[in-house]
Amino acid sequence: MLTKRIIPCLDVKEGRVVKGVQFVSLREAGDPVELAKFYNEQGADELVFLDISASHEGRETMVDVVRQTASTLAIPFTVGGGIRTLEDMKRLLRAGADKVSVNSSALQRPELIKEGSDYFGAQCIVVAIDAKWSEEDGTWMVYTHGGRNKTDWQAVAWAKEAVRLGAGELLVTSMDQDGEKSGFDLPLTKAIREAVNVPIIASGGAGNADHFYDVLQHVDADAALAASIFHYKETSVAEVKNELRQKGVFVR
Amino acid sequence: MKIGIIDYGMGNLFSVEQAIKRLGYEVIVSADKEELLATDALILPGVGAFKDAMKRLQETNLVSLINEVEKSNIPLLGICLGMQLLFQGSAENGSGKGLGIFNGEIERFAGINDDGSAYRVPHMGWNELQFAQRPEWLQEDEMTDNRFVYFVHSYFATNMDRADLVAFAHYGNEQVPGIVQKGSITGMQFHPEKSSEFGVLLLKRWLDGVKKGVVL
Repeated sequence: MLTKRIIPCLDVKEGRVVKGVQFVSLREAGDPVELAKFYNEQGADELVFLDISASHEGRETMVDVVRQTASTLAIPFTVGGGIRTLEDMKRLLRAGADKVSVNSSALQRPELIKEGSDYFGAQCIVVAIDAKWSEEDGTWMVYTHGGRNKTDWQAVAWAKEAVRLGAGELLVTSMDQDGEKSGFDLPLTKAIREAVNVPIIASGGAGNADHFYDVLQHVDADAALAASIFHYKETSVAEVKNELRQKGVFVR
Repeated sequence: MKIGIIDYGMGNLFSVEQAIKRLGYEVIVSADKEELLATDALILPGVGAFKDAMKRLQETNLVSLINEVEKSNIPLLGICLGMQLLFQGSAENGSGKGLGIFNGEIERFAGINDDGSAYRVPHMGWNELQFAQRPEWLQEDEMTDNRFVYFVHSYFATNMDRADLVAFAHYGNEQVPGIVQKGSITGMQFHPEKSSEFGVLLLKRWLDGVKKGVVL
């Protein structure tokens, strides 16, 4: 039987992990490879590196981070952020990433999903969807550029379209819940879960182990992602997995 | 001992290469038949589409290499798509003929069980490996059932000879071949190089087996 997955997310800027990571025990708190090792030891099932570099040099540095991680660790990881072309995907996958995640660029040019999926297979292509509830539209709408721009896409419709184009997995982030630590957006995750048949990673809102239980057990998400609660040591991957195990959720 | 990774433009070669290096073995990455044949064992990696991969193997003249490997009993390990290519053919993208070392075809997961319930495609994540048999290179106490390996694929081997099946995982209604072996040729559907300690252990046992000459 397949396990549910717990995925820490690392924001990497110019080759360093940002967003206030609190790891006093680590030699270098901002080193992505050190943090990847730390999370691996805690039992993380996968990692996501989100490249938030603004410069070309920063993006090149990200390729080095990917290469170093793949040289050091035997766990799967996804890289997202700033991937605009098939060449960008090739570079990261060749450096040892297992999957690439596309977001804004796929909304600007949806064929990018198909190009990547045809070339590398659907299992390599993750489409990240940033969704926010809209009273005006009566549903969740998709946003780009870190939530700055609202698109015309309804989240559920875009999820279906992304899968039709060849996405092998969806990373669904609730902008309403993100940073609130009051739990994942269960209705959003459920709506997308029911619309498509690829694995879903729920993201945004994790505050404690119960929140993971709710989204994995009640809404049947395949994986759940979190950043700050792991970085700030409010809980650990091991602790979350222990609690899930005790409640009968199948984890590694 | 030197391991050769077959570079035909379809693999994420880097992680496999690094994993073998970490285990202390010399490794080369090459598309040159003679250079590859001068190594002790070969790895056929691969991600992407079956048809494109077969085409690339033909274009780079490496199909004949694999035929020679089979005849001369040189150990070869196919990983993920690299394992699937060792079968007779695939239904992927309007089909294509495979290398035909193993009997059986590569098919897409249906995503629907016999009772009409749905399951996710791709098969993505950590699944438990069950052993159907333990060939000599895997005859260690640590090769227990229900240990986790990382799968990430939409297609899998079907109708294969039971005699060639070493280990499998359950997914949906399907029994998914995880490790296959016929003579000196081995296949792993999951990624040992990404399957944490147990994956690395499987890779290590294969390499040790090659060294001892028992991967046959």
